[in-house]
Amino acid sequence: MRAQRRKGPASAVVDGVSFSLNRGETTCVVGESGSGKSVTARAIMGLTRLEPALSVSGEIWFDGKPLHQMDNPSVARLRGRDIAMVFQEPMSSLDPLFTVGSQLTESLRRRHGKLPNQNLRTRLLALLSDVGIPDGERVLRSRPHELSGGMCQRVMIAAALAGEPDLLIADEPTTALDVTVQAGILALLERIRTERGMAVLLVTHDMGVAAEVADQVLVMYSGRIVENASADEVFESPRHPYTAGLLSCVPALEGEKPSVLPTIPGSMPSPEQRPPGCAFHPRCARSADRCSTETPLQTQKPGLEYACWNPIEPTFLPMPTADVPTHTAQAPKEDAR
Amino acid sequence: MTTLATEPALLTLTDVSKHFSIPSPRALRPTERKVLRAVDGVSLSIAPGETFALVGESGSGKSTLGRIAVRLSEPTSGTVTFSGQDVTHYSGRQLRRLRPRMQVIFQDPLGALNPRMTAGKIVAEPLQAIGGLRGSALDDRVDELFRAVGLDPAQRLARPRTLSGGQRQRVGIARAIALNPDLILADEAVSALDVSVQAQIANLLDELRENLGIGYLFIAHGLPIVRQLAQRIGVMYLGRLVECGPADEVLRNPRHPYTRALIGASPVARRRARRERVVLAGDPPNPLSPPSGCRFRTRCPQAMDLCASQPPPTVEITPGYTAECHLLQ
Ligand SMILES: Nc1ncnc2c1ncn2[C@@H]1O[C@H](COP(=O)(O)OP(=O)(O)OP(=O)(O)O)[C@@H](O)[C@H]1O
Ligand SMILES: Nc1ncnc2c1ncn2[C@@H]1O[C@H](COP(=O)(O)OP(=O)(O)OP(=O)(O)O)[C@@H](O)[C@H]1O
Ligand code: SF4
Ligand code: SF4
Ligand SMILES: [Mg+2]
Ligand SMILES: [Mg+2]
Repeated sequence: MRAQRRKGPASAVVDGVSFSLNRGETTCVVGESGSGKSVTARAIMGLTRLEPALSVSGEIWFDGKPLHQMDNPSVARLRGRDIAMVFQEPMSSLDPLFTVGSQLTESLRRRHGKLPNQNLRTRLLALLSDVGIPDGERVLRSRPHELSGGMCQRVMIAAALAGEPDLLIADEPTTALDVTVQAGILALLERIRTERGMAVLLVTHDMGVAAEVADQVLVMYSGRIVENASADEVFESPRHPYTAGLLSCVPALEGEKPSVLPTIPGSMPSPEQRPPGCAFHPRCARSADRCSTETPLQTQKPGLEYACWNPIEPTFLPMPTADVPTHTAQAPKEDAR
Repeated sequence: MTTLATEPALLTLTDVSKHFSIPSPRALRPTERKVLRAVDGVSLSIAPGETFALVGESGSGKSTLGRIAVRLSEPTSGTVTFSGQDVTHYSGRQLRRLRPRMQVIFQDPLGALNPRMTAGKIVAEPLQAIGGLRGSALDDRVDELFRAVGLDPAQRLARPRTLSGGQRQRVGIARAIALNPDLILADEAVSALDVSVQAQIANLLDELRENLGIGYLFIAHGLPIVRQLAQRIGVMYLGRLVECGPADEVLRNPRHPYTRALIGASPVARRRARRERVVLAGDPPNPLSPPSGCRFRTRCPQAMDLCASQPPPTVEITPGYTAECHLLQ
């Protein structure tokens, strides 16, 4: 897949992105702001077709169907049904003028056509209880601004689930929420993924969120996928220097605390200023001569892909038992007397 | 070292409250107003050169408390003591004289910076207006500040729009430290930045603390970054400071059920550190009608009958470490 701006310098905002998603799995797209995560997600939904400034080329196959060859009305029919999307700002994706009930009804119709009223009500309440809203009656009558952010995001997920999608795309669905509420939404997404066997594509810039829920991780840098591997590989033994760099700058909640956080020098270039060769080379400690001239090829191994001329050797994992924390740091309790 | 009781505090808030009077949403009469207790009886103190982090649920009153701490707003009740002076009701000239010593770094550096000014002018402005610097002394100081925050002085001519998020935040920091403040309120100053840039800015803030002895009131919602930077942590829930103590202690052995939930819910970028995710029931309650007794009781996994009838006491766990919960008595 390639997405290019129609106006201005012809630099691709997303370039040569290829991946596949598996049923029943959560794939996380991680990377820094502007790396192309949202463009990729919108392209799958066919939403980039509605953006005159972007031109997308490449192939998108969904359940054996070539989405890239389908006309706009056909893609629109899939959208919100077989493929559904949840965005970061639930408040702005819900219509402030309509009640939650009428918006959810609309989503149900897209899959099931017109439903008899009694049937409809039961289904709406079942949907809301599915996303962890017990007092559905009240919520159905509410308008979005009367609900909390976490509640709105649950409603958005309910609307997405109404179409019984095979693929759910969630772009930063918890970024605007408190961590305690985020934990609830992530648990919810995991539950419905398992129950319904859908594929979930979760866009996040938070490596912590990815570590919590991902089966597979796509790491994007400046419009390209630089590493695509199982979450265990990515977090335990990243091969691409950018992945390793990203992980090292996230402070931990346990263990040794460095006096200074490791950093990656510099910042990610915009698509116009993307350097030749490997786009990461000006910031990379492992860069070699060819990195500044030749675009790195994808190295493919079973369940693992990365684009780097000088990847990090895999580390062999110690037995997990070596990781059990010692309890010597605990303060003495009452029995110290 | 910063916990020595003999050391005078840089900032002390004593029993501070801030109440907003707002029209009630479904009022029958439009004049009907309700009181929102955004901050309700909070006491804390910050030592010179110390980073005190405020964490907690959205809407719990962190920004409101922060604005009171640097006297951008006046508390409804309680006192604010800065370097031994009661500054609670300072206004006008008194406040202007205080201003250089208390500075703010905001979350959105672009929104806080004047888009028409160059980066150099933004940093120079307080030096001219308050510091009275002119000519080459001014130029030298601006260059010095640019270097101190890791910016190339050649970028003095750049406009905020053309700078990256991290660079803009550096300009904001250069401006904030221009007049040698003693206290900086950093309200979500690193929250919107990408992790690699966040680490750079966090290191910069910590370096300035060590070299210049700046104290920070650091508001953030990410616990990992707070652990990295803070010596002390205060945890807020619906206007109350429910736990407050040394950062390492609070994170290793949290006493309040909300702090425990917060730590348990924090995503950790380590695969094998995956713990049982703590999922609190329900959403934060409406701040206009907080629950009776303990404000956390509607979501607390350990709530008892007592929690609905009695507000929990503030329990001193060790000197300088407090928490508010019936379970701790
Ligand atoms: N409709 C559009 N027209 C032109 N350029 C666009 C458009 N949408 C995105 N871009 C550009 O494409 C690049 C990738 O943007 P994208 O929104 O995918 O980033 P992202 O990884 O989702 O970042 P963030 O974490 O900030 O959401 C950016 O340089 C952006 O400016
Ligand atoms: N000027 C104001 N008038 C009325 N209510 C206000 C005002 N400022 C804040 N509030 C309310 O006071 C409460 C505390 O807000 P505050 O901004 O301090 O929370 P916060 O902890 O900083 O939240 P966040 O993490 O979302 O920034 C909220 O319920 C908010 O709606
Ligand atoms: S290709 Fe070269 S510059 Fe790019 S990440 Fe690999 S080693 Fe670094
Ligand atoms: S006082 Fe009761 S409700 Fe409040 S935190 Fe303690 S146990 Fe929970
Ligand atoms: Mg995005
Ligand atoms: Mg705030």
